[in-house]
Amino acid sequence: MSSREITYGEAILEATRQMMLSDDRVMLMGLGVSDPGGIFGTTKGLFDEFGPDRVVETPTAESGVMGIAIGSSLVGMKPIVTHQRVEFSLLSYEQIVNQAAKWNYMTAGKKYVQIVVRLIIGRGWGQGPQHSQSLEPIFAHVPGLKVIAPSSPSDAKGLLAAAINDPNPVVMLEHRWLHQTYGEVSPDLYQQEIGRSKIVHVGTDITIVTYSYMVIEALRAARELANVGVSAEVIDLTSLRPLDFDTIEKSIGKTGTLLTIDNGWSTYGIGAEIVARAASDCFDALKKPPIRLGVADVPIPSTRALANLVYPGFNSIVDSVSSILGRDLSRLKQKSICVEDVPDKSFTGPF
Amino acid sequence: MTYEQMLHFYTEMAYIRAVEQKIADEYKHQEMRCPVHLSIGQEAVPVAVSKCLKSSDHVVSAHRSHAHYLAKGADLNAMICELFGKSDGCAAGKGGSMHLIDMEANVTAAVPIVGSSISIGTGVAFGLKKGGSGQKVAIYFGDGATEEGVFAESLDFASLHNLPALFVCENNFYSVYTSIEQRQASNRNLEKICQGHGIKSFHGDGNNIVEAFELARNAVSYMEDTGKAALLEFTTYRWLEHCGPNWDDHLGYRKAGELKNWMDRCPLTHCLGMLCAFPEHDNGELLRIDEKISAKISDSFKHARKNPFPSSDELFSDVYAEIQL
Repeated sequence: MSSREITYGEAILEATRQMMLSDDRVMLMGLGVSDPGGIFGTTKGLFDEFGPDRVVETPTAESGVMGIAIGSSLVGMKPIVTHQRVEFSLLSYEQIVNQAAKWNYMTAGKKYVQIVVRLIIGRGWGQGPQHSQSLEPIFAHVPGLKVIAPSSPSDAKGLLAAAINDPNPVVMLEHRWLHQTYGEVSPDLYQQEIGRSKIVHVGTDITIVTYSYMVIEALRAARELANVGVSAEVIDLTSLRPLDFDTIEKSIGKTGTLLTIDNGWSTYGIGAEIVARAASDCFDALKKPPIRLGVADVPIPSTRALANLVYPGFNSIVDSVSSILGRDLSRLKQKSICVEDVPDKSFTGPF
Repeated sequence: MTYEQMLHFYTEMAYIRAVEQKIADEYKHQEMRCPVHLSIGQEAVPVAVSKCLKSSDHVVSAHRSHAHYLAKGADLNAMICELFGKSDGCAAGKGGSMHLIDMEANVTAAVPIVGSSISIGTGVAFGLKKGGSGQKVAIYFGDGATEEGVFAESLDFASLHNLPALFVCENNFYSVYTSIEQRQASNRNLEKICQGHGIKSFHGDGNNIVEAFELARNAVSYMEDTGKAALLEFTTYRWLEHCGPNWDDHLGYRKAGELKNWMDRCPLTHCLGMLCAFPEHDNGELLRIDEKISAKISDSFKHARKNPFPSSDELFSDVYAEIQL
């Protein structure tokens, strides 16, 4: 069947539903999986279709629930666990890092943990220090975990389906500002390989590496840069572990430059890893020092007067490109889409 | 209790004691280079509980897991090789003493993060119930683990979903060096905590094999009759240090005379006493049992010493499970 446009949230729902239909060991667990909103629409209708045995409402007990999901996978279940904010996973982090990530290794392959952990990154509408963090480096740091952070509806569907089918624990990061974005998605069930990045804008002057929501901002910048003759190559990592460095290295070989954009803090971040890899693996190809963009090194404040200063976006991307290429691009900044504290004007809060 | 039952109990307990004693004796040679949490003094509980489990039932344990593993009939060679870090170890040397596993004996998990094994065990029960095979899981933990929040989270979930989970608390009164009096309010009551979660609990003497067995049997009968989870709490006592092969009474964290009192109530000696009260008992048979145990353990240590270490290319294997398409 041909593709049609659906939202990122609908793509997650479709992957989940199709995988649940194809394998009755797949189950969904989490606080709110059967609530009226259905985890921002991503689980809507599944409780009615599959019932409480497959769509399991849970107590407000993140650590316990993660352990229970892991335990059930040891005897054959394939749970998908959701936390409605990344921050709640700090309560289940012990189980994710000490348990899920270690099982296959510490049993020499006798037992594996086939779970998907869906974590949602908040942003905007004053959510503040404990509801807006983007903590992917603490998951990507750990061998034994796989980490995906798709930016498009079609990647979200294909990667989630692959994650559900993967015999390893997979952490999926979903940016709250992506759930309502549209894109072409095949209605068929398909799986997309975890650990393959995508060149989403071809260019020759500068390599921009990013993931999740910041891909949207990077693409906005790339289109505007093209109008002034700057050819930016934008790489959407889609997966943070395993990291597809080959694609990055080839691009650096072409452009000789590198700009990384983290969704969270750049200190000890995904960009830090990529810049380090570039320094050790393709130092000679780099013509200019790379730049790492990311959220300012502060807790994220609630008030939009300050929060808007925290996030990287169109203007800071243009500034960085300007700095790396040694070109004055300041006139572009006038064209900046003013990012307020909502993903688009139709949104009237709260999350 | 028949003579055969008592003989079974004695044999199992003597086996566990002898394995743990051998580990303690040999540890000084520095070939077993991983932490060991020995169960000497606590042998009756796992033997009693295992006697009430079917072979298809699962066991999930924590850091002090040797006795749970052995009592479920798991492989001794694989355990000793694991302690030696050798390739025939149950986790090919990658887990060590705190990660014993035996797929055939359904020793499904042992993890030393206190409390984490409880929710994992609860999840095993959740998965088993969904599988519909009627299997259950015994989840072993100590008194310290009941202080973790995840204990309450797990009780709630097991009660909510009527899971085939048998929670087994071995209360040995110490979490490492810290006594239960220093950790728990004097009027804290585990039975009431269980009641508050809708979980029936059974409490008794974990050094008396007959009492422990009857209590475990009652708990399992209750689970089979009602389809609900249950908790067993046994009082017992660890003789040696928390981690390692040595006595540690000289450190002064135990009450004066406490160790001696508990050693006077040795579960193995108690079991032997009851066995010898049977007219059928035969000292020659007991001697043969002890010799057989000793030979089996000796063979395991010989095997572990001869067994090669894993090769260096094993370092990067099994970080991830392979995708089966």
